[in-house]
This record gives sequence, structure tokens and C-alpha cells, in this order.
Amino acid sequence: MSFEWPWQYNFPPFFTLQPNVDTRQKQLAAWCSLALSYCRHRKLYTLDVLEAQESPVFNNKKIERKLSVEAIQVVFEELRKKGNLEWIDKNKTRCLIMWRRPEEWGSLIYQWVSKNGMINSVFTLYELSNGDDTENEEFHGLEEWMLLRSLQALQAEGKAEIITLDDGKGVKFF
Amino acid sequence: MDRFMWTNGLLEMNETLVIQQRGVRLYDGDEKAKLEVGVVLLSTHRLLWRDLKNHECCICIPLSQIIFFEEQAAGIGKSAKIVIHLHPAPANKEPGPYQNSKFSYIKLSFKEHGQIEFYRRLTEEMIQKRWESTPASQPITATAGLKTGRTRAVGIVGIERKLEEKRKETDKNISEAFEDLSKLMEKVRLSVITFHTAAKEMVELSRSIASKIKDKQGDITEDETIRFKSYLLSMGIANPVTRETHGSGTHYHMQLARQLGDILQAPLEERGGMMALTEVYCLVNRARGMELLSPEDLVNACKMFESLKLPLRLRVFDSGVMVVQLQSHSEEEMIASAIDSVSEKGSLTAEEFGKLLGLSVLLAKERLLLAEKMGHLCRDDSVEGLRFYPNLF
Repeated sequence: MSFEWPWQYNFPPFFTLQPNVDTRQKQLAAWCSLALSYCRHRKLYTLDVLEAQESPVFNNKKIERKLSVEAIQVVFEELRKKGNLEWIDKNKTRCLIMWRRPEEWGSLIYQWVSKNGMINSVFTLYELSNGDDTENEEFHGLEEWMLLRSLQALQAEGKAEIITLDDGKGVKFF
Repeated sequence: MDRFMWTNGLLEMNETLVIQQRGVRLYDGDEKAKLEVGVVLLSTHRLLWRDLKNHECCICIPLSQIIFFEEQAAGIGKSAKIVIHLHPAPANKEPGPYQNSKFSYIKLSFKEHGQIEFYRRLTEEMIQKRWESTPASQPITATAGLKTGRTRAVGIVGIERKLEEKRKETDKNISEAFEDLSKLMEKVRLSVITFHTAAKEMVELSRSIASKIKDKQGDITEDETIRFKSYLLSMGIANPVTRETHGSGTHYHMQLARQLGDILQAPLEERGGMMALTEVYCLVNRARGMELLSPEDLVNACKMFESLKLPLRLRVFDSGVMVVQLQSHSEEEMIASAIDSVSEKGSLTAEEFGKLLGLSVLLAKERLLLAEKMGHLCRDDSVEGLRFYPNLF
């Protein structure tokens, strides 16, 4: 399945940060949705700003335009404000990208659990993300830190409890 | 200077003020008078001078006492002057600041310019001699106080008297000669004025020829018509407003603004209603020939457009670029034309847009930036330069 680029991707001004406030807002919104959908397509969870600049998202070889590092940081900062991104280091060179926020993942998992009548049962984290049962689910292959965060979000809602097992962590749904 | 007498500075019943000029110093002959710089006033009957600070200090001479006057051009570190030759003071003259003087002429030194206009008005008054037709209610001391009749005398006294009379005769002859000269000068002046009007007519005539040529289109190309017109337009302003004619300060800038309003109308219309200030500066100074204008005076005059209700405006863009534009020249139209051109071509740089509209690159860029500011265009800033695209976001 190939990734479908939005029309803006071939529009040169898209790669220049617009000085006009209204225009810039629309431009950033377009960038945010492009970055998230691309990461979702490629199942990316962490990004490095410098590496990202060379990736096809921010570098359109066809029209010979690429987004500057400063502009990428502006886009990432915008994503952070929306809750889709977290910086790993202080210098803001690496970040965690969450194309679904933990709460969204949590509710997806909870839906699957309740659909299969497995409320009140205990799962290991590995079972949830890599088990055979979840193979067709979207959260299959979710990185552990992301999974843990989603479950923590559920725990805060009182729908799950994270428990420590001998060989790692487990979770019980209510 | 001994011809001057003290006055209260008020005008008489039939007397009217003609012109006044600040920053004038009086000279007793070639020497500076022991008075400060003040205001000189010309009325229909008298020439008055008043101290700038102390208004009590006011002196005058009747115009009838003037024999002849001439201009003395300004030099390096020297203000322009008007030299006024005077009849000797009558015996019954009222007291003045000077009891006696070895000079029979005074000078007005114009520190703040305005001498040309003053000279013109003084000439007019001296020709019209209005003090004769409407004598002031209180008769001003007349010059006709000279001794009449011949006294018989003998011996050394008699010889001395004769010599004295001879001297007076010569004086009279010189005065008459001066008067003739003054008439001659007046004639020259008049012919210069006629020449000016003739030149003006000539420019107008050639303008009409230009428009006729343009209408007919004949075998003269558009390009040639434009060149011909540009020759004509740069032929000049017939009587430029200068500091010499209108003094310094606000009045000068106001007059200058009016003149700019007249001469810039046509070039502005041709250039789509807007010109950079530098361009205006070049055009105006070329038209003025010798009477060059300083950039500062131009800006100050342009700032007056609005208060004088002229159809021109000085506009300062966000970038600091200053332009002169027609008032009718609306921003919306400007933006609309920018959007149209950009949409038509897909994308444009300032250079391309400038070429398309026949504008300078600077102004073209300002228009594009304006349209961008309004959110109608967006930019692509790459190694190839700054390009503008329609705002598709």
C-alpha cells in the first residue's frame, strides 16, 4: 500500500514557513496531518529532527524543496501542543511521536477487550501487542512504552489496572 | 541709516501691508547697523523694520524717499541683499536711531531668504506709487523741504555756496540717471516674465502636439511617442518654487507641495498611480533644472499633501519604502491586479511582476507583499529566490 501524498506536498510554498499568520496556521495544520499520517503509514514512533529532514516527508526531491530544520521544529512544537509529540531530550533533537494519543489507544484496546468478553481477565503486555489474537487489530505491534502509556490512561479512567508479573508487566481490565 | 525715524509700527488709515519677511538685518551703507535681525515690512506707503523680540523697536522710511534699489546676489557665507539708495533726509525729519550717517544707502540682508519675492513687490509698489494717489491720513513727512530761492552772497561764502549748489545739481542728475536705469531694469524684468509665459505656452503646445500624434498613431511608433513626450516633460518647470522666492519654513513647503501636485499628476497616471520617492526626486529635479531640491525638502513637501487636500499621498510601506501615489489609487485594485497576474502565471517573482506591469522591482515587491499580508498570496523562499503563489492553503 503506497502512501498518498496530499496536494500541498507538490506546492512549493508549502516548504517555506509563511509569514502571514492566518496562512501559516493553515500551513502548519496541513504539515501536522501529513507528518502524523506518514508516521502512521510507516509505523514510526520516534523521530530525529535531522534525520526527518532527509526523509521524504520533509524533503520533496521532485520539486527540489525541503523544509528547514527551524520549520520542522515549529511543526513539531505545534504537534506537541496538540498532544501528539513529546521531546526526548532537552535540545529538542529527538522526539516521540504519537499519531494516536494514549487515550485513543486505550479506548481502542478496551473496545477490543470488551468485544471479546475478556473483561476481568489478565494479559501480559507482550500478549496484547504481539499475541496471535490481536494480529488484526490496529494496536498490534505497538511499542511497549506506547502501550504502557495507553494502559496508564485507562487505569486513570478506572478501566484497567497494571500489575507486575514475574517476567514483566501485566494488565487486568475491569 | 539717518533717514530712518521711529514709529509705533501701526499702519495708517489708507495704508496696507504688502509683504513681510523675517530674518532681515539692516546695513548702514556697507556697515552692519547696530540693530539685531528683525522683520522687514513693506506697506503701500512705507518701508518698516521691527526688532524680532522687542516690538517697541520699530523704524520706518517713506517709500517716496527711495531713489533706486538693486539686488546683490548671495555669496559664500553671505546672504542675498537689496541695496536701497535714498534721498537725503528732510530737515524736519522726526528722530530715528541714527543722527547722521556717511552713507546715502542702506542694505537689507535676507538671512532667511525671500528676497526675490520682496524685490518683486517693492518694484511693484515703486511703479504704482500708491502713496501718491491715497495719501495716508496723517501726512508722512515729505521730501520737499529743500531750500528754495537763491541767496546772494559774495566772497568765500559765495564760492562755497556755488560749489554746494553744483554738488546738489550733480546729485540730482545722478538720481535722475538712476531713475532711468530703474525704468530700464523694469523693462528687462517685464520681458523676462513674458519669456516665461511664452515658454509655458510652448510646453503646452508641444504637449498637445504629442497627444495629437498619439491619436493619429501614424507612422510614429508608441516608443517614439513616449520618448518625445519624455523630452517635453523634462523640459522644465517654468517658475520653480525656491527658498529664494518663498522664504524658508512651512510656507515654502506648502507652495512646493502644490507645485509637485501639478507636475506629478501626469507621470503618476502613466505609471499606474504610484512612484517611488527616489523616482519622484529624480523627475522633479530634472524638471527644475538649476533650482535643485534637497531630498529633505521633497519629503517635507510630500508630507503636506494630505493637509492641503491635494489628490496625492505620501505612503510609507512597512519596509520603510516611501512612495507617492494618487489618492484615487486604491489598495484593493492594487492587490486585485497582483492576484490576477500571479494566478495567471502560476507563480511570480518581484522581478517578473515588475516587468509585467512596467513597475520598478521595489514597488512590484511591495505590492506582492501587500497581497501576501492580506492573505491572498503565499511565498516560496528557496535558493532560486522569492516566488509568490496564489494562496491555496
